[in-house]
Amino acid sequence: MDRFPAPAAQTTLSPTNPPTPAASAPAHLTVADLVMAYGSYVVQRDLNFSIGRGEIFIIMGDSGCGKSTLLRHMVGLKPPAAGSIYYDQESFWDAEPEARDRLLRRTGILYQSGALWSSMTLQENVALPLREYTPLPPRQIEEIVALKLALVGLAGFERFYPAEISGGMRKRAGLARAMALDPEILFFDEPSAGLDPISANHLDDLILELRAALGTTIVVVTHDLASIFAIADNSVFLDAERRSMIAQGNPRDLLEHCPEPKVRIFLSRGGDG
Amino acid sequence: MGQPRMILSDPATMANPMTAEADFQDSRYELDQPRQDTLRIRFFGDWRLREQLPTSEAVDRYLQSDETIRHIAFDSGELRSWDSGFLNFLVKLGKTAAARQIVLDNRNLPQGVERLLALAAAVPPKATYSDHAPASLLVRLGEAATRFGATAADMVGFLGEAVLALANLARGRARFQTSELLLVLQECGVEALPIVTLISILVGMILAFVGAMQLKMFGAEVYVANLVTLGMAREMAAMMTGIIMAGRTGAAFAAKLGTMQVNEEVDALQTLGIPPMEFLVLPRLLALVLMMPLLCIYANLMGVFGGLMVAAGMFDITAVQYITQAKVYIGLVDFQVGIFKSVIFGAVVALCGCYYGMRCGRSSAGVGLATTSAVVSAIVFIIVCDSLVTFVTTIVGI
Repeated sequence: MDRFPAPAAQTTLSPTNPPTPAASAPAHLTVADLVMAYGSYVVQRDLNFSIGRGEIFIIMGDSGCGKSTLLRHMVGLKPPAAGSIYYDQESFWDAEPEARDRLLRRTGILYQSGALWSSMTLQENVALPLREYTPLPPRQIEEIVALKLALVGLAGFERFYPAEISGGMRKRAGLARAMALDPEILFFDEPSAGLDPISANHLDDLILELRAALGTTIVVVTHDLASIFAIADNSVFLDAERRSMIAQGNPRDLLEHCPEPKVRIFLSRGGDG
Repeated sequence: MGQPRMILSDPATMANPMTAEADFQDSRYELDQPRQDTLRIRFFGDWRLREQLPTSEAVDRYLQSDETIRHIAFDSGELRSWDSGFLNFLVKLGKTAAARQIVLDNRNLPQGVERLLALAAAVPPKATYSDHAPASLLVRLGEAATRFGATAADMVGFLGEAVLALANLARGRARFQTSELLLVLQECGVEALPIVTLISILVGMILAFVGAMQLKMFGAEVYVANLVTLGMAREMAAMMTGIIMAGRTGAAFAAKLGTMQVNEEVDALQTLGIPPMEFLVLPRLLALVLMMPLLCIYANLMGVFGGLMVAAGMFDITAVQYITQAKVYIGLVDFQVGIFKSVIFGAVVALCGCYYGMRCGRSSAGVGLATTSAVVSAIVFIIVCDSLVTFVTTIVGI
């Protein structure tokens, strides 16, 4: 979009992964001139990037660079110090509260720890958004909940409480809740944190499967390299020192061709790819 | 090949008020039979969760009426959009078909649907599902009784551990931070003074007012000093302070230790070889046992002062009369009984708060439950202990 030119200092490489449903699709989500700050302390500035419809987009960077903060800005939990976030063409932070709620209903969020409501069973956790935002009768909601839990491999766990299941299962149950309303955009905050490699790999497969089957746009905050290379179409790299994005593009391309040594070192786990 | 037949989707759903919504007429299906053994389902419109969707009852009825059908085929050419609602319809249909040994031909379903159906069927349902099904009243009663017994035994065990920790303290081997003890002393001492002041004065005033109204009938209003002072000294000062501390400090102990349990801070202590009973429980127990008698003495003074305000303000009893009367009638032993009770109540509040905090489990809901249980149990135990002490002192003649 012409209105949101990328800063001159950043590197942009075009995706070269196998063709994705959104390779040439219009932007689904746009971050424009975003400045993130805690009080007077600026965490990141001049953030400009677009996420295509049906794209798997990674937000990466070193610890403390503001990845999760950026996610909080994108999902309406924290207003930006300056700049805008656009869902399609609609500015999220300039919209009325009702319009923001409507936009957020198009999204689902998987929090780092799952963030399931501990006083509710998995069934109740997944059913809550359906009860609030659909006219479905209770029996049909129950069926949809069972389907969502089955999709994440938790069939039969409806009556379990979050405290009764493992961390990986909590994460998958959180994903079932995030998918409850069939969102257009799914946000994942550190999806593989705390998971064993096999569970993390399963979650990556699930993300790819959901994108392939539903065409969902997926935004992932992570620094897990295995996940990044397994699922990413596109990415942005936030730098904690310069407090801005220093590269954008497909992670494999960035690993090979990014002129920023820090990005290559990051993507090669300390070596220089 | 059979003659094509057409059935509208479930009439019950069609009669639903939601049918008034603009797009609902579009989300429907039709049935026909392109071959003798094949039922074809043709989908129309928007099958989205936000609308009331047709059910599969019409298909069930069709299958019941024609048992020669061995295959179900689909035609989604007229399907405008779909989401989980459509998927749910197909999952239910799949179960019906499996029960009748009918084969589903998914070829003409939208792209992605087949993958999601495979994903949903990839992990079989957990076999222990019924473990968490609601039990009968008798079973729940039995479980509650068993739990009560186990909790009682656990509480006794916790009390024993606390006694051992105190023994370690006496031998100078207990491990806790003095700064933590001082902080808790401040929290349950000085910071509790305002609420203790308010409640004690009000209790003293209530005792004086109720008592004086009765005594006035005999012209004996001056004895209100005896009533208030005795009531505060032996019962009300200790009990009210105990109840205030249960609601204020006991709840805070349970919430604090419960949160530490949830955050695995207690586990961290244990793995470092530091007994949580000494590091966390002991300072809280000591602080309350030390502070409660002082708060009780203070509550006595405030209660007597409250009674004096009512006596002087409403019944023309002078301050000198009030104090003289009280001094004649009340002995030091009455205050000692109250102070002894306050020590017990302090231990009860601290132990209840710490016990429920340490046993709160791993969830945030558990913290809330622990806090409630700590307060309720502490109040119940305070009343029970008060009754016991009163009974014993009466029997012994103290």
